[in-house]
Amino acid sequence: MKDAITAQGIGKTYRLGEQATAYGLMRERVADLFKAPFRKREASAPKEPFWALKDVSFTIGQAEVVGLIGKNGAGKSTLLKILSRITEPTEGRVDLYGRVSSLLEVGIGFHPELSGRDNVYLNGAILGMSRNEIRRKFDEIVEFAEIAKFLDTPVKRYSSGMYVRLAFAVAAHLEPDILIVDEVLAVGDAAFQQKCLGKMRDIRSEGRTVIVVSHNMATIATLCQRVLWLDAGRLTMAGATQETVQRYLSEGAQYDMSWVPRHPSNAEFEYHSVSVLRADTKEMTDSIPGDVGIDIMFDFSVVKPLSDGRIELRLVNDFGEVLFTTTSADPDLRRNHPWSMGRHTFTCLIPANLLPPGTYRISVTHPFGGWDIVHENILAFAVTEQNSLAAIDGRAGKIAPRLDWSRD
Amino acid sequence: MHTIIKPRRGLAQLDLAEVWQARELLGFLAWRDIVIRYKQTTLGILWAFLRPFLTMVIFTVVFGRIAKLPSDNVPYAVFTFTALLPWQFFATAFAESANAIVGNGYMITKIYFPRLILPLASVAVGIVDFAVSFVILIFIMIGYHTPISPRVVMLPLFFALCVIFTIGLGLWTAALYVRYRDMRHLIPFLTQFGMYVSPVAYSTSSVPARYRFLYSLNPMTAVIDGFRWSLLGTTQLYVPGLVAGTVTSIVLLVAAVYYFKQTETVFADVM
Repeated sequence: MKDAITAQGIGKTYRLGEQATAYGLMRERVADLFKAPFRKREASAPKEPFWALKDVSFTIGQAEVVGLIGKNGAGKSTLLKILSRITEPTEGRVDLYGRVSSLLEVGIGFHPELSGRDNVYLNGAILGMSRNEIRRKFDEIVEFAEIAKFLDTPVKRYSSGMYVRLAFAVAAHLEPDILIVDEVLAVGDAAFQQKCLGKMRDIRSEGRTVIVVSHNMATIATLCQRVLWLDAGRLTMAGATQETVQRYLSEGAQYDMSWVPRHPSNAEFEYHSVSVLRADTKEMTDSIPGDVGIDIMFDFSVVKPLSDGRIELRLVNDFGEVLFTTTSADPDLRRNHPWSMGRHTFTCLIPANLLPPGTYRISVTHPFGGWDIVHENILAFAVTEQNSLAAIDGRAGKIAPRLDWSRD
Repeated sequence: MHTIIKPRRGLAQLDLAEVWQARELLGFLAWRDIVIRYKQTTLGILWAFLRPFLTMVIFTVVFGRIAKLPSDNVPYAVFTFTALLPWQFFATAFAESANAIVGNGYMITKIYFPRLILPLASVAVGIVDFAVSFVILIFIMIGYHTPISPRVVMLPLFFALCVIFTIGLGLWTAALYVRYRDMRHLIPFLTQFGMYVSPVAYSTSSVPARYRFLYSLNPMTAVIDGFRWSLLGTTQLYVPGLVAGTVTSIVLLVAAVYYFKQTETVFADVM
């Protein structure tokens, strides 16, 4: 097998503090000039370099589909940006053999005022297609996106579903030798996602090389032959999909299981922690089988006597969609409930057999601030495929509740 | 196709072939900017004619009628329009190209294409505007019965000088803007201040002779004088000024392209 990508010792550093000066005003540079004769740069010298990536080496063969996994901040995006030539590595070398297309986002350059037709041409050109190539594939793109009727409507009038379908359709008709994809499968409704996955399989059967980043282990498992696992900027493991994904899920706590605020919310009310627990064993966890309930536990103190209020919790899925919002006043079927002083624990139970496999993030509010005082994405947990209804048949739907059926 | 990615050392590679390959993208981006500018406006494309025309009318009233600035024995409207033509091209194309990288930051951080394309596309938009204004100029000259000098064949050279200067200054500013957001305030200041030190509303002949060379270091002086010389045949060409303006522009352009290529690797990091 010939190589498509070889990476040797890639490293990327962002100097801490550099971002500040980089963004900074000219005044600082001008001031430096005047200070320079009297003071050496010692004052600003001890800047710790922060390595977003370090010593990353791998080889990917032609027609291989390789998944890239790791926690947030592990360096996945940085690696994709280096491979896509958006940013330059600080050290190391990458060789890419063939035409490269990268899809870190779909619909780059789409302009809301332009028609669907115009945007196809514009976006295609940005993705590196020639005018002739786009013209040749135009009908196919439109058919794939299912928007033929709205071709000459400005895309600002499109529903978000149509917009995303069109954007993905353009991207799906690229014919690169090497394709670099970041989570873009997470678009559209379930039916369209299936279509996109199908397209990804086609790409593989056409002998193209693909690198795909996903937080969705199910996607990784269906698409990839091999997986690279990044952790804290280093390549922890590179191996067969099954093995690597399993080790990734079992080892290294994937997500924080408990959130402790860095600053007290305010004087009258204070969160001590918010945690995710298995409902059956009451253990803190970050991954839960499909048939086990999930406890979200709030530990807090009320310092001053307070008027009525409520805690709200919002659950967001892999695709960034809000699945539901629930509040501590819900059991009373009321808007708010009274509070007493002292330390309390509230627990919200998300029932077993409700969520399909995937990762979920939660946001919570302050009882008296509502969504004005919100702690966003404080925790994430994964629902695994183990004993999951949705994993049995890969059914469509944002939730996969186990409902009562009466069969005579 | 074999691509090597590694840290750049030393002087940047220009890689202009890559820019040439992306010329279709340049065209698409320029076309996008032109189309969306007139979307949702009642007068639409008419604005392309109205803007330069109204500017000319205001200049004629304020500087020609009220201030009574001398206009080398040519109707003031024609006199000022021959200067507004290159000046407005410069002012808009410079401001737009200076803003091209920061303004398209979301693209820079999401996909690779030769970064030079962005400011160049802004200049291309300016060239289209220029062509529209040129048509207006011809009508104005016919209206005022001003004969077009046969030297008009030299006009493309002066316009080329103008484009070189605009690209040079635009690239510098675009690259600096990424790091120094102060440019947002500096750009409008430069285009406004620049008009006063260029012979747009007045004639170069009003400038005292001893400041002439200093005054000509501004390449727009040579460009505007060149426009008047080749269209109207009135203004004398000041050769040392022309040479100085040309040398300044070319040096600026070469340095700008290098500076741009040198800094483009960090665009996505500091955006």
